[in-house]
Amino acid sequence: MALASSEQQQTGKLVSTAASKWQWSSPLMVLLSFGALVVAWHVGATIWPSRSFPAPLLVLQTFISETASGDLPYNLGITLCRVAASFVLAMLIGSVIGVLLGSHRRADQFFNPWVILFLNIPALVIIVLAYIWFGLNEAAAIGAVALNKIPNVVVTMREGTRALDPRYAEMAKVYRFNALDRLRHILIPQLQPYIAAASRSGISLIWKIVLVVELLGRSNGVGFQINLFFQLFDVAAILAYTLAFVAVMLFIELVVVQPLEHTSTRWRRSAA
Amino acid sequence: MNTHQLAGVAARLRVNIEEKSFRSSNGGTIEVLCDLRFEVEQNEFACILGPSGCGKTTTLRILLGLDSDYHGSIQLPGLADARIGAVFQEPMLLPWRTVEQNVRLALPKPMRETNLDMLFSTLGLSKMRNFYPAELSLGLARRAAIARALAIEPDILLLDEPFVSLDESTAQQLRHMLLSVWSERPTTALMVTHNLQEAIMLADRIIVLSERPAHVIGTFDIRLPRNYRNQQVKADLLRSFNEKFAGVRNPP
Repeated sequence: MALASSEQQQTGKLVSTAASKWQWSSPLMVLLSFGALVVAWHVGATIWPSRSFPAPLLVLQTFISETASGDLPYNLGITLCRVAASFVLAMLIGSVIGVLLGSHRRADQFFNPWVILFLNIPALVIIVLAYIWFGLNEAAAIGAVALNKIPNVVVTMREGTRALDPRYAEMAKVYRFNALDRLRHILIPQLQPYIAAASRSGISLIWKIVLVVELLGRSNGVGFQINLFFQLFDVAAILAYTLAFVAVMLFIELVVVQPLEHTSTRWRRSAA
Repeated sequence: MNTHQLAGVAARLRVNIEEKSFRSSNGGTIEVLCDLRFEVEQNEFACILGPSGCGKTTTLRILLGLDSDYHGSIQLPGLADARIGAVFQEPMLLPWRTVEQNVRLALPKPMRETNLDMLFSTLGLSKMRNFYPAELSLGLARRAAIARALAIEPDILLLDEPFVSLDESTAQQLRHMLLSVWSERPTTALMVTHNLQEAIMLADRIIVLSERPAHVIGTFDIRLPRNYRNQQVKADLLRSFNEKFAGVRNPP
């Protein structure tokens, strides 16, 4: 078991996700660390009691009552759907553009300034413009989030495409792989570390932007609820929603993203 | 020893490269192949022998359709849609697929479910079918690459120094394996090598290339059943080869 985890760390370094692997390598340490934070929070809230700084127990109570009323699961679900839709959209469009730019030098030279421009437009501006141009609707919301993420995906996937080994493509040509086989067995496996890197930074960026989108122009979702509680000055509810959402995202990272990555890179670990 | 002058009746592969050059980094051109003409008969095992860097691999890349920037023509008489099996200098197995998956992926769709037991066992790969390439030695990876090339039942088999950088005993073992699979189902084969002993062991005919820019200096017919080629016969062949090409090229 110890051997397996050290190997995992080695491959982690290879695929530039070492940081998160290290972070989550010991569950006990994670528990201990969060436990200490909660205790410090509790002590702080007891010494300086204030409505704007509720104790952890009060946040927990709010969490339970919001969950029981169904508000929290509903809004959390809505937000997760938006995160998922924007993520899929951004990864698909960004990957296609990135691979095209990475494989066509002329096109890359022409479009590179556009990529830099979009990389530097603040998320807020894109959201506001999307709402103005396309109305306060779901498509504008999801599109705006995806558009914020696409340039990052483009840059990562372009880098990955430049690093492709042309000899595999030649082998595929000689053996007449069809388009689907080239995609499945030649292109995607080689791009896998870059896809993983783009996904990781993608999820964490997207869920933050989704909250802003919801705050500005939607009538449900975690972002909308936080705005509501901000106006009611209900800090306990704000914290309850935030922590619940963070917990869900961590769960996704640990239960979906990491095992998926582990499976898709198993051939690396077989190296003697 | 007659040079190979065929009317082209049985030719399976007809190579006529008038000129092939590369642009060098300082802007000039390097002529690699010049008037390279030869033919390979149906089910003949031919070896291209030439000094290092003379353009053998370039020739093979042109035959594989990986380089179309040349003057001349490649003809495959009687083959509308030739299936080409290739063994590259590097095994070029997909590291993220197992040995068997690598072989099956190369198969045309209708053959995907073919029984490969015989092929794997002749090449001594039966136990390695589910191994990833990173778990194989170079010799085993080369065998897997040979298995891939032969599994598709190619019309033409092209091999680019498939035994280079192996120790001699492993290389010899692989040559025997290649021969035994090839004899089961002979196919037109063209192998690039710079190893004369290897060519004498495997080939029906050796095509000898000059220094760069490469053209054919001459051919050397063997056409003896391979099991007749004992040490004595090989030594005789080697001597007559060297006599024929003395003064034209330095024997390796």
